[in-house]
Amino acid sequence: MLQTAIHEIETSNELEKIINENENVMVCAGRMGPMCIPVYEVMEELESERTNIKFFSMAFDTPEAAPIRNAPMCRNFMGLPFTVYYKNGQMVHATSSIQSHQQITNILDKYFE
Amino acid sequence: MNDIYDVMILGAGPAGLTAGIYSSRAKLKTLILNEGAIGGQMVLTNEIANYPGVETTNGFMVANTMKKQAKDFGCHIKSNIKINNYNLSDKLKSVMLDDGREFFAKSVILTPGGKPRSLNIPGEDVFKGTGISYCATCDGEFFTDKELIVVGGGNSALEEAVTLTKYASKLTIVHQFDKFQAFEHAVQEAKNNPKIDFIMESELRGFFGNNTLEKVSIEHLPTGKITEKSVDGVFIFIGYLPNTEKIKNLVAVNEKNEILTDEDMKTNLEGVFAAGDCIAKKYRQITTAVAEGTIAALSAAEFLRINN
Repeated sequence: MLQTAIHEIETSNELEKIINENENVMVCAGRMGPMCIPVYEVMEELESERTNIKFFSMAFDTPEAAPIRNAPMCRNFMGLPFTVYYKNGQMVHATSSIQSHQQITNILDKYFE
Repeated sequence: MNDIYDVMILGAGPAGLTAGIYSSRAKLKTLILNEGAIGGQMVLTNEIANYPGVETTNGFMVANTMKKQAKDFGCHIKSNIKINNYNLSDKLKSVMLDDGREFFAKSVILTPGGKPRSLNIPGEDVFKGTGISYCATCDGEFFTDKELIVVGGGNSALEEAVTLTKYASKLTIVHQFDKFQAFEHAVQEAKNNPKIDFIMESELRGFFGNNTLEKVSIEHLPTGKITEKSVDGVFIFIGYLPNTEKIKNLVAVNEKNEILTDEDMKTNLEGVFAAGDCIAKKYRQITTAVAEGTIAALSAAEFLRINN
């Protein structure tokens, strides 16, 4: 269980439902660790500003996060968290390890605006 | 004009949060503005075993408790903001955020903390997360049975290197000097580990690979000879830089851009105090930051009492 203010996806079925029902989705799969917490905090802040995007977290170690861990875009990743971006149900971008506020907003602007 | 705070604290690491606890508990109207993650460098610490009165825990838990304590005493905290302009020299201090919001205060405590130093060499940004890491406990398991390099020679570098040998098949520590800065027990533990080799008096010059990191170039400093070494991952632990880039021209700093303070945490500016990893000092610990945050808050309270 992640201790963040953003909604945590608990099952792969829920993940699939969310990305199919929402145009723009950002999911951060991580732990409560030093590389992940800053990303959650940026998402918490952006959630109220970017109403066209749905923000979610997911526990990296749960087997239910396999669709993210095993995604082709994440194949070479070797740093937590795995942060993925979906547009109309398709994964359009993914990043590994800590990201700054600026890096995240640049991605949101590029893929979701 | 917006509300005027008694104390505005810039940064929410252990020094800033402690200052927030003390000043809000003293019934001073207190605001903490924080650009990064609440807890600062403290949340990079996965195990805190030497914080007096607290059994072994992690940095996130301590940071979360400090934040709750500050808020419970009435401290306002705004996180993940970006400050564009500072006015620290006038009697009424102010900062302006990048979204145009402006905050005013009668006193300011600077606690921007520090940030991990990066190597700033070609390829570092490219392979972050695909071979380069700054956190052994976060990413170590991705390198199970892989060959690693750890860069650095302080306590963090050597202790994390030993931790990483739980996963790595082989690990090489690359250090720029001919001896380590770490405590002797940490050096001996690393030297006694059969998986660890050492390349001394050397620095990395570049990272190379396709989709993932595959090799690095290393310069032997005394001779200037550059060699290449195949590697699966590099962990970088080369200390911290003070987060004073935006204020170093507004307040007195030393040659390392660390803020100069007296024993009461006063800076050269009236009503401006500083504490934590941003100030010029020898030891950087959570306990020292907490102590300085306490002193800064008490000094700010005294300043306000005399000047109100």
